[in-house]
Amino acid sequence: MTKLYSGAEIVFKCLEDQDVKFIFGYPGGAVLPIYDELKNHSSIKHILVRHEQGAGHAAEGYARSSGKPGVVLVTSGPGATNVVTALTDAYMDSVPLVCISGQVPTHLIGTDAFQECDTTGITRPCTKHNWLVKDIKDLPNILHDAFQVATTGRPGPVLVDIPKDIQFAKAKYSKPKKIKKTNGKSNNRFSQNDIDELIDLISKAKKPVVYSGGGVINSGPKASESLKEFVRLIGFPITSTLQGLGAFPGDDNQFIGMLGMHGTYEANNAMHDCDLLINIGARFDDRITGKIDEFSPKSKKVHIDIDPSSINKIIKVDLAIVGDVNEVLKSTVKKINKKQNGFKTSNKQNISKWWEQIQKWRTKDSLGFINSEKTIKPQHAVQRLYELTKNQDTFITTEVGQHQMWAAQHYKFNKPNRWMTSGGLGTMGYGLPAAVGVQIAHPDKLVVDIAGEASVLMTMQEMSTAVQYNLPIKIFVLNNQYMGMVRQWQELLHEKNYSESYSEALPDFVKLAEAYGCKGVKADNPDELDNKIQEMIDHKGPVIFDCQVDPNENCFPMIPSGKPHNQMILGPNDKEENKITGKGKALV
Amino acid sequence: MANPKSAYSIPTKKGKLDTHILVVWVDNESGVLARVVGLFSGRGYNIESLAVAEVDASKNISRITIVTTGTPQVIDQIKLQLKKLVPVHKVADFKREDKKVIFKEMALLKVVGNKKKIEKTLKVCKSFSPVILDKTKQSVVIQITALRREIDKVSKKLKSLGLTSTSRTGAIAMTRGAEVFK
Repeated sequence: MTKLYSGAEIVFKCLEDQDVKFIFGYPGGAVLPIYDELKNHSSIKHILVRHEQGAGHAAEGYARSSGKPGVVLVTSGPGATNVVTALTDAYMDSVPLVCISGQVPTHLIGTDAFQECDTTGITRPCTKHNWLVKDIKDLPNILHDAFQVATTGRPGPVLVDIPKDIQFAKAKYSKPKKIKKTNGKSNNRFSQNDIDELIDLISKAKKPVVYSGGGVINSGPKASESLKEFVRLIGFPITSTLQGLGAFPGDDNQFIGMLGMHGTYEANNAMHDCDLLINIGARFDDRITGKIDEFSPKSKKVHIDIDPSSINKIIKVDLAIVGDVNEVLKSTVKKINKKQNGFKTSNKQNISKWWEQIQKWRTKDSLGFINSEKTIKPQHAVQRLYELTKNQDTFITTEVGQHQMWAAQHYKFNKPNRWMTSGGLGTMGYGLPAAVGVQIAHPDKLVVDIAGEASVLMTMQEMSTAVQYNLPIKIFVLNNQYMGMVRQWQELLHEKNYSESYSEALPDFVKLAEAYGCKGVKADNPDELDNKIQEMIDHKGPVIFDCQVDPNENCFPMIPSGKPHNQMILGPNDKEENKITGKGKALV
Repeated sequence: MANPKSAYSIPTKKGKLDTHILVVWVDNESGVLARVVGLFSGRGYNIESLAVAEVDASKNISRITIVTTGTPQVIDQIKLQLKKLVPVHKVADFKREDKKVIFKEMALLKVVGNKKKIEKTLKVCKSFSPVILDKTKQSVVIQITALRREIDKVSKKLKSLGLTSTSRTGAIAMTRGAEVFK
């Protein structure tokens, strides 16, 4: 007779078979049987967070930096609702998460029982799929399916809601089937004709640009290698979305910087003027496209994406290749190499004028800023952090706002999975718990959360988690006392009415760090910045770094709303800019 | 004009709206209708009518027929988004004008009135193969099966004859001929 296992045991057997090493969670009444079982499974370590949102973001950081799915365990009711923000964040940024939530016993469902909520109802729009387990016999397959759905195709979060009586009930356990088709939801069926057509477009292009996104990262480190090989082979300029940073080396000459609302002058102008645009694993987000009808008006557009619903959603494309980025790039490179016959050199000649144009745009130095000897400029702080950490394998997370854009602009990423940021949902409070998850995945690496003081206070409680597990995360707070991006919009668009964007009564971050039992460092002078950053890096435990920066600094360049890519507002040290600002301000 | 102070782009002009009938084959499991309907409301798509029932008990398959309107781009999106749902097996899409497809909707109509009005009522319904389901001295319940716009027309005409209740199923669809949608 086959052995019967309790629901709680089955949960752990599944996690073991899925090779899960860490769970991020918080106990409560409706998941106690699962927590009770934890002690019997030494290969799985539970990380106790301080708030369920923190568990979700930590799992996201873990997943993004390791390429493995993040696992979250929460209780019913408030436990589940608290994790909704993180699930939505993961859904928007395509991060594979498996969230297991407790639920009140089946006979109490629908009775407004204590800590009951309609978890599957609430999380339906923010997960790829979710399950309410009503029969213990279904549990093993549902859990295996959950991992399958979360990690295949375009990755994303899933949730399995397990009522308490199911956790006690007993059933047989079955191992995951080797290859399980989930209704053909993963799409990798591009044809060689598509590849031929792509190569044809590449060989004809005179003003091409490659625009890569988070899909390259999600396709795995090999996809980044393929991307490098592909881009070097064809010699095209490449720009990247916020999520795609690191897929192609940020300090490479072919890389023309991030594009979009706060992208570089050369990247946005290249997007606008190009005659061939190759989108690799990006989704034409509205922060990227600006005004849709004037987006890259003269180009043939190619879109490589694993999610068919991403294609033609925002921008109509001329060639759609539905497939895994790595597979598509590999076969393209293979085919180009096979063809050879002078294609490589002749094509580079074709685009030499285009490169000259790009060099001209580059001379604008659109990321430039006026540095100061008296106050720390936030861009300068990020640059110094980069210079002092670039010689070691550093992982950067961010919160959301100005600091996030400065980090994206001034920190150069050379490898994938080193950059964790909330792009789609724009969740303030993402970076600190994400850093916890990254450090769990990479215990010996340097993990820095480039933060803003407003964002970081939203999930500050997770410092306690970092201290408990001795995770030496560095919270590098660019403290300008404002919700900087809100303040910037109010300055530019709302006649400097700084409505509620100034935080009075901020905590003393050094004392706060000490209260949590970690180290606090404060810098308010450019002269001492380097030493203080070094002090932070050298410290073995977690650090909160209070970097007092110029509160009036704005994030430039910037595409004002409703404007195409070639009408950017540049920074204050550009002479021409004053004209554009005047005009731009009237228009925005 | 959209608010020029918005941090988002200004809406661009919309294309022509077409009416489409989408047929969706799904696993008949709890919450599946909520997933489909939630997708429509969450992404701002229209539902003009919706009909659903299990069609294959052994395979546990339900067939959902949705009448919707949208620009060609939106209709494409609806189909692709539906196909991404885990319990969805396949999605068929027909234009309302499509001659190769049969569209039908059923309605139950209750008319309360004297003999004369009831007779007139039956006359109005005559061309839609009416079935009298219930008849008393002062009332009649009629079942008709017709196109949506025909039922619209009939119920408009019956208003003055004492139509008190209308119940409609929403359109269902099937292709003509031997072909089967795969």
